[in-house]
Amino acid sequence: MADTNLNDAFVEFERVQKSYDGENLVVKDLNLAVPRGEFLTMLGPSGSGKTTCLMMLAGFETATHGDIRLDGVSINNIPPHKRGIGMVFQNYALFPHMTIAENLSFPLEVRKIGKDEREKKVKRALDMVEMGSFGGRRPAQLSGGQQQRVALARALVFEPELVLMDEPLGALDKQLREKMQFEITHLAHNLGITTVYVTHDQTEALTMSDRVAVFDDGRIQQIDPPDTLYEEPQNSFVAQFIGENNTLHGVIKEIKGDHAVVQLDGGDLIDCKPVNVSEVGARTQVSIRPERVEFDKKRLQEGVHTLKAEVLEFVYMGDIFRTRLRVAGNDDFIVKTRNAPDQRRLVPGEQLEIGWLPQDCRALDA
Amino acid sequence: MTKTATNEPVLAADGTPLKRSLARALRVQKMRALALIAPLLIFVMISFIIPIGDMLFRSVENKIVENTLPYTVDELSRWDGTGTELPPEPVYRDMYFDLFLAAELKRHTRLGSRLNYEASGMSSLFRQAGRKLDDPGKDAVKLLKSIDPVWGERDTYYTLFNAAAGDAVNQDLLAAQQSRIRWLADETPTGEMAFAPSQNVSDLLPLAARVYTSSAVITGMIENKDVAKSKPMESLYLALLQDVTRPGFQDDLAAYDGPQKDALTALANAGLSAPNYSAIFADIDENWADIETWRVIQTHSGEFTNGYFLNAIDMQKTPDGPAVQPENKRVLIQLFIRTLIMSLTIMGSCILLGYPIAWILSNVPTRQANMLMILVLLPFWTSLLVRTSAWKVMLQQQGVINDVLVWVGLVADDARLVMINNQFGTIVAMTHILLPFMILPMYSVMQTINPSYLRAAKSLGATNWTAFWRVYFPQSIPGIGAGSILVFILSIGYYITPEIVGGTKGVFISNRIAYHISSSLNWGLAAALGTILLAVVLGLYWCYDKIVGIDNVKLG
Repeated sequence: MADTNLNDAFVEFERVQKSYDGENLVVKDLNLAVPRGEFLTMLGPSGSGKTTCLMMLAGFETATHGDIRLDGVSINNIPPHKRGIGMVFQNYALFPHMTIAENLSFPLEVRKIGKDEREKKVKRALDMVEMGSFGGRRPAQLSGGQQQRVALARALVFEPELVLMDEPLGALDKQLREKMQFEITHLAHNLGITTVYVTHDQTEALTMSDRVAVFDDGRIQQIDPPDTLYEEPQNSFVAQFIGENNTLHGVIKEIKGDHAVVQLDGGDLIDCKPVNVSEVGARTQVSIRPERVEFDKKRLQEGVHTLKAEVLEFVYMGDIFRTRLRVAGNDDFIVKTRNAPDQRRLVPGEQLEIGWLPQDCRALDA
Repeated sequence: MTKTATNEPVLAADGTPLKRSLARALRVQKMRALALIAPLLIFVMISFIIPIGDMLFRSVENKIVENTLPYTVDELSRWDGTGTELPPEPVYRDMYFDLFLAAELKRHTRLGSRLNYEASGMSSLFRQAGRKLDDPGKDAVKLLKSIDPVWGERDTYYTLFNAAAGDAVNQDLLAAQQSRIRWLADETPTGEMAFAPSQNVSDLLPLAARVYTSSAVITGMIENKDVAKSKPMESLYLALLQDVTRPGFQDDLAAYDGPQKDALTALANAGLSAPNYSAIFADIDENWADIETWRVIQTHSGEFTNGYFLNAIDMQKTPDGPAVQPENKRVLIQLFIRTLIMSLTIMGSCILLGYPIAWILSNVPTRQANMLMILVLLPFWTSLLVRTSAWKVMLQQQGVINDVLVWVGLVADDARLVMINNQFGTIVAMTHILLPFMILPMYSVMQTINPSYLRAAKSLGATNWTAFWRVYFPQSIPGIGAGSILVFILSIGYYITPEIVGGTKGVFISNRIAYHISSSLNWGLAAALGTILLAVVLGLYWCYDKIVGIDNVKLG
């Protein structure tokens, strides 16, 4: 599912550009292919162009340049109501003057589906999101989570092949959000529908998606399955944006295939894996995940470079310990350790040496 | 926490019931809130609610007949107005003396105007009577003087009626006449008066004592003259004639030992006869011998009346109960209906014109919306009179629109359209003037309708029209409702614009009210019309609340 062939793409963006004012491009040269049945998340900070892409796909915005295809057919000139794409909005957009059942019945009515079949479908859709007994209520009488389920059911009731979701869980509290994340993914996979999901919450993106497209500055910075995205960020933006990350700045000292030595600005040497740097002497930003940092000398490889560190703060977080260190002049170096019985609890003021496996430390563009 | 009996009141920490404790805690807050609104409340009470209440009260108030003709009304209540006989002599008698006093204070015309609303001709009847009532008195004093010359001297009367030191004073009579004159003169009798009616004489000569006392109150307390040296009202002589010829006078006189006994005895023995009041009135005007005149007075003599309300709905009060006005006087119900229909038309055209504008306002970017909003509000910054007059210039037959139509060739020069001084003119001008009141509430509601509803509808497969009609329009109804109520209520009571551009066919009920307030001075009818108008508006408001729900109305 991860490997995409353009020929079996269901949704396709080809060289799409979008500008609102004729001066700045909000979306710059977007190429994207989503195979049938995939759950794709567009992740990015606000203003990165992800919502604009979604709106172009839904038909509420027109592409300034380029082609958007659905199942091989260009939909640039098809009005939204003829695209047959289900959509879940950030504020749910349930019609406040209609009951839940009327809300769900609406897309079926405009499709001129008979009354009996309509009622059957509405009931099935409501049962699907476990809201079967709420058909007679109005949206205002439901909680946020319930409204969310109804919005989902409404987007699915007319059996679209593609569903778009624009930050649908943004207004829910954490617990409910996690529950809904799980339910939405399940539903999408069980029904086999293609889903394009927009969010700025990276946890959501990682937990729900088959693939995540990271947007920044109107471009896709990286599109990969969540594990690849997390463990092998291709540039410093992605590394920074996905998960927590320690960064150190320096210059490439030497490169040998998969191994490079970087001299940090403070003079210390470290080992790492070159990702998108190739020249000796180039500036680089080194990124290492907090949970991949080791301070137990026994677990480090022989002969690797280590760095001196001073413990500044120790935070007990239940399942993990979060320790803030001063490393090579950086006061915000974080180390996360699992709360295991044999785990050491560091004490502020303690001096220690830290290191890591060279492949966990990625030398990226500066 | 685990108490099972929950029926007893919840107690606060110190043992007082929680409800009382809460009320005490909130009292200061409530007092402060009340103090904050007090200035406005007092202002509104004084400048708005009390005057309006007073005005509305005039629609049922009818004291004028009873206060002007108290004795007549009393006597008239014993007469059967539905029969064919004229009222008996005592009614004419009391009418003479009541009317004389009113005429003395120039108040009979006021009563005449009041009764003229009910039957035309009453005003002139009363005015004429006021002028001619003196003559029978003058004849009477000649008669009295011929019997005993002392009856020609003012002092005779003063010594007769005044209670000398030590004599009993008829305080009831004095108080009654004072309060009567206070009402008639619109002025409290305050001056010092060297006169008090003697109890003895007022028993002997009840009518004359009453007339003299009222005359004395006027001269002494209102005009501040010396009562003893002033000429009494001419009706006094007639009253004296009346008293000395009353049955039983001879016996009462025999027991009497007060002043002027001789002169009175001379009168008693002169073989006089009581004045014939009905003849006096018939002499003044033949209408006084018409049973209709008396029926009108009797019908409208109550302290409160529903006559104004009956008039307001094209009916009238008759001795036989409410009856429909003659056809040529039925105009008000038609006017009410016209007012309602025109207000609805204006409301409808405001909705049609205002809805698209409100839609645009709420859907364009803020900068353009502000610009448009200024255009919408521009009429507010121009005087109402100027705008209305501008429509006069635009719509008249030699006006701008007709000129353009003639110039273009759509209309022949000799067949220019009549667009003003009729309903069309009123509707056009008022639609223009009231349009902002429709747009603003609509706009404020439409602003709150999230554009994602329309997007959602379209993404669900609805065409632009279906999305609008099924999703957007129902949500904008509260705005339409609020605007409609506002425009309808404003227009139903509108006055200036219909007055200027409405001619005769395009005027509203409010113009009729204004006419009765300022021209015909029939304030009672104006108040009744106003009350009905208010009731209609409140009734419609109630209906609207039942149908749409006033909570759904958003004005901002």
